[in-house]
Amino acid sequence: MSTHVPAGYKWWTGGKSPYNVSYGKLMMWIFLLSDTFTFGALLISYGTIRVSQNYWPDPNHVFNAFPLMGHANLPLAFVSLMTFILIMSSVTMVLAVHEGHKRNRAGVEKWLLWTILGGSLFLSCQAWEWTHMITGSHAVLVDGQIKEIGATITQNPYGPAVPGLMHDGHAVTTPGPVGFGGFFFGITGFHGFHVFSGVCLLVLAFVWTKMGRFDNLGHYEMIEKIGLYWHFVDLVWVFVFLCFYLI
Amino acid sequence: MSSHEHHTEHGVASPEITFAHEPAPNTKRIWKTFWILLVLTIAELALGLSHYAFHLEGFLLLFVKGAMIILSLCKAVYIVSIFMHLGDEIRNMRLTVLVPLLLFIWFILAFLWDGVAWRNLRNRYDKPATEQQAVPHDQHKPKAD
Repeated sequence: MSTHVPAGYKWWTGGKSPYNVSYGKLMMWIFLLSDTFTFGALLISYGTIRVSQNYWPDPNHVFNAFPLMGHANLPLAFVSLMTFILIMSSVTMVLAVHEGHKRNRAGVEKWLLWTILGGSLFLSCQAWEWTHMITGSHAVLVDGQIKEIGATITQNPYGPAVPGLMHDGHAVTTPGPVGFGGFFFGITGFHGFHVFSGVCLLVLAFVWTKMGRFDNLGHYEMIEKIGLYWHFVDLVWVFVFLCFYLI
Repeated sequence: MSSHEHHTEHGVASPEITFAHEPAPNTKRIWKTFWILLVLTIAELALGLSHYAFHLEGFLLLFVKGAMIILSLCKAVYIVSIFMHLGDEIRNMRLTVLVPLLLFIWFILAFLWDGVAWRNLRNRYDKPATEQQAVPHDQHKPKAD
C-alpha cells in the first residue's frame, strides 16, 4: 500500500478527494465500468443463444489453423499466440506506467513502443484469423446440394457431420447455428475495435511523451489513464478467449 | 510555475492525492504477475485441449468448463488488482468499481436460464424445425432394425 491512511480518517467531510484519485482517473474507471457492462451484455446474449441451441460448433474444430501451416490440425495454437501477445503487451504497458512514475522519459518511450508493437501484432493476427474464416471453404450440405462455404454472419459451415458423406476427402457437414458468425465477428470485432483505439491512444501518448508534454506537466498521469484502458482491453480478451475458444 | 514543482515531488496530478501508481520501487511484482498469468493461461489451454483430446462428456465436461471459468476469473483478479492497481486504491474507490459488478450474478443466471428454457420449449413443440438444424447426439439413439 502506498497510501498511509490513519485509523478513523474521514474521507467525506470535504476538503479532500474522497477516492484519493484524480478526476480523470476516476472518470476512466467509470467509463471502463460502463464498457464492462457493454461487453458483458454482448457475451451474455451470446451465451443465451448458445445454450438455446441443441448443437454448437466445438472451438477445437473451428480454430485449428495456423499461418503457413496449410491444413495441419493445430487446435487453439494461433489463438494462444494472440493471447500471449496481448498479455505481453499488458506487461510492457505496466512497465511504461512504472517508468512514468519515476518520470523517466526514455523508459516511457521504450515501453510504449513495445506496447504499440504488441497491439499492432494482435490486430494483424486477428485480421489473418478473420480472413481465414471468411474465405475458408468447407463442404456443406445445403438443400440437398454440397456447397463450399466459409463462416460469415449469414452462414455457418461448422454444423454436425453428415454420416458417411465425403467430398474431396473431407467430411460433409450440415449448416451450423447461424448465430455463430454474428456473435463471433461482432464480439471479437468490437474487442478488436477497442484494441485499435488503444493503439491510437498509445501512439498519441508516445508523441506527447516525445514532445516533453508530461515533463512540463510534472507528472505522467496520462500514461496511467491510457494504461488502465489498455489493461481493460486485455481483461476483456480473457473473457472473449474463455467464451469463444475454450468453452 | 511553482505549483508544478510542488507536484513533481509527488509525481501525481494533484497535491491532495496521496495515492501513486507503482508503489514498489522495482518491477519484481509486475514480472511475478506476468508469470502467474502465463501459468494460468497454459493451464486453461491444457483443459481446453483435454476435452478435445479425450472427448469428455457429461459431468466431467462440465467440471473442466467450470475449472476454465474459475481460472479466467483468477486472471481477471490479477489484471485488475496488480496491473490496474485497484488493489492499491483505498476502500471507497475499490467498492465503487466492484459492487456494481455484482449485477452480473443475476444477469448471467437469468439469461442462461432463459436460453435453456427456450431450447426445452422448442424441442418439445417445434420438432421439425429443430431436427432440420441439428440432432443432439445423446437424444438420437438409432432404433434397432
